[in-house]
Amino acid sequence: MQTKKIINDGNRSVDEMLEGILAAHPRHLKSAAGSPRSIIARDGPRQGKVGLVIGGGSGHEPTFLGFVGKGLADAAAIGNVFASPPPDPILECAKAVSGGAGVLFMYGNYAGDVMNFDMAAEMAAMEDIEVRTVLSTDDVASAPRDQRQKRRGVAGNFFIFKAAGAACDRMLSFDECERIARKANDHTFTMGVALSPCSLPQTRRPNFEIGPDEMEIGMGIHGEPGIARGKLKSADEITDEMLDKILDEMALARGDKVAVLVNSLGSTPLMELYIMNRRVKQRLDDIGVAVHATWVGNYCTSLEMAGASVTLMHLDAELQMMLDHPCDCAMFRAG
Amino acid sequence: MTSIGTADLKRMFDAIAVAIEADKDRLCQLDGVIGDADHGIAMALGFGAVRDALAPLDLAAIEPTALLNTAAKSFLNAVGASSGPLYATAFMRGAVAVKGKATLAGADVIALFQAMAQGIQDRGKAEIGEKTMVDVWLPAAQAAAAAHASGKNLSESLAAALEAAERGAEATKDMVAAKGRSSRLGERSLGHMDPGAASAVTVISAMRKSLS
Repeated sequence: MQTKKIINDGNRSVDEMLEGILAAHPRHLKSAAGSPRSIIARDGPRQGKVGLVIGGGSGHEPTFLGFVGKGLADAAAIGNVFASPPPDPILECAKAVSGGAGVLFMYGNYAGDVMNFDMAAEMAAMEDIEVRTVLSTDDVASAPRDQRQKRRGVAGNFFIFKAAGAACDRMLSFDECERIARKANDHTFTMGVALSPCSLPQTRRPNFEIGPDEMEIGMGIHGEPGIARGKLKSADEITDEMLDKILDEMALARGDKVAVLVNSLGSTPLMELYIMNRRVKQRLDDIGVAVHATWVGNYCTSLEMAGASVTLMHLDAELQMMLDHPCDCAMFRAG
Repeated sequence: MTSIGTADLKRMFDAIAVAIEADKDRLCQLDGVIGDADHGIAMALGFGAVRDALAPLDLAAIEPTALLNTAAKSFLNAVGASSGPLYATAFMRGAVAVKGKATLAGADVIALFQAMAQGIQDRGKAEIGEKTMVDVWLPAAQAAAAAHASGKNLSESLAAALEAAERGAEATKDMVAAKGRSSRLGERSLGHMDPGAASAVTVISAMRKSLS
């Protein structure tokens, strides 16, 4: 049986979505000339500023293109559903936002994205644009602690891109922007849980099977199997299980500060996210950790998957300043 | 004496597109078990784009290298993902391997095949045993070269390649993924055929049928 979707043609869904997004946000976004899959900020890219290009597969909206705007990313390269963009649209993004101070490529750590972005970086070098790459690796479930560089990038992208985008907007040097981007990634930890599958517009078939009474902890944002499957538990138990893993890695001390993101994978409603956030706050209160800021909602989705993720970013004065830095994007505003 | 021209290579790509399209659902299902269920879509999209890009070419006016480069660019731009850079690199390396030749003798086709396999390995940096398409492409290229070196004709050499490809894909069931998305699964990837390896067999099988 096919899943129900409001689409016209599964093969045209990404391009039709982009048309709708440009129609909705003409003040914020445009596509690069001759490259409709390269979405550029109208305000932001400028001479002397490090350019920030993010990107990846579609299906995670508002990640990535919703975070394009003044104070955050300068451009996003858009791939097919759950597939890295090819090098050409990435290169066009780099060319459109290069202000002569270097261009940062930031994206989640997936083999396909790495190959395509690396090819684009080589092509940019031939056009005298210096590119450096910072991968996000915040998904605690995707590899053991001593293999952090193998982990996937998931919802924590939001914090990591936000910090890097602020550094770029404050006109910091290429070295400083790269350093802050890496630090932001090192300080960010995410765990997810999936309750029901998503389906691709082209197939309209559930992309994995899961029992009606089951959940899967650690599932990836493309439905990649996680680390453990079990019976569905209560919100507090699920949140505890995820937080235990995150807190174990973070080594937080009493008096430390964090930022919190409770993110829906698509169809889990705000009611359930806020129930989870209640538990997050209780647990952090218990260990004397202050919450500097909280975001709850759809930040990094997986089409219509049901489930959620919790992300904590361990703040110091610098990262706090970067998160507080104002930004004005199509789908996100701060400050 | 075998002689493969630009028009033969175009027919080969058309045959691959048909075979992959027919295999799309199976590849998505294999990918759903240990990945994100889109491999069949990506491969069908890629070879469909190659077919569309080659259709308007004046085959009498261009050499195999130009055709292979067109295939590479169209596949890459349609797909992205992992298979985009991997197959695009395969076709570009193949293009270099037969540069300057108007038609290909059996030995040239074997060299083309080997360059494709090497390109896939260089781009993805996977080794044998890591549960990827390299577990099909490398043994298939080696089998083709060995058969040809021992005096077999192109058709027999490609048959040897296909046999090695099928064995390679089967062997991925007993491997723990070490590269690509399924590598995060660890032991849970055991028992399942790698979808990239499965589609590689489909590609090689269509190549054999078309070039024999």
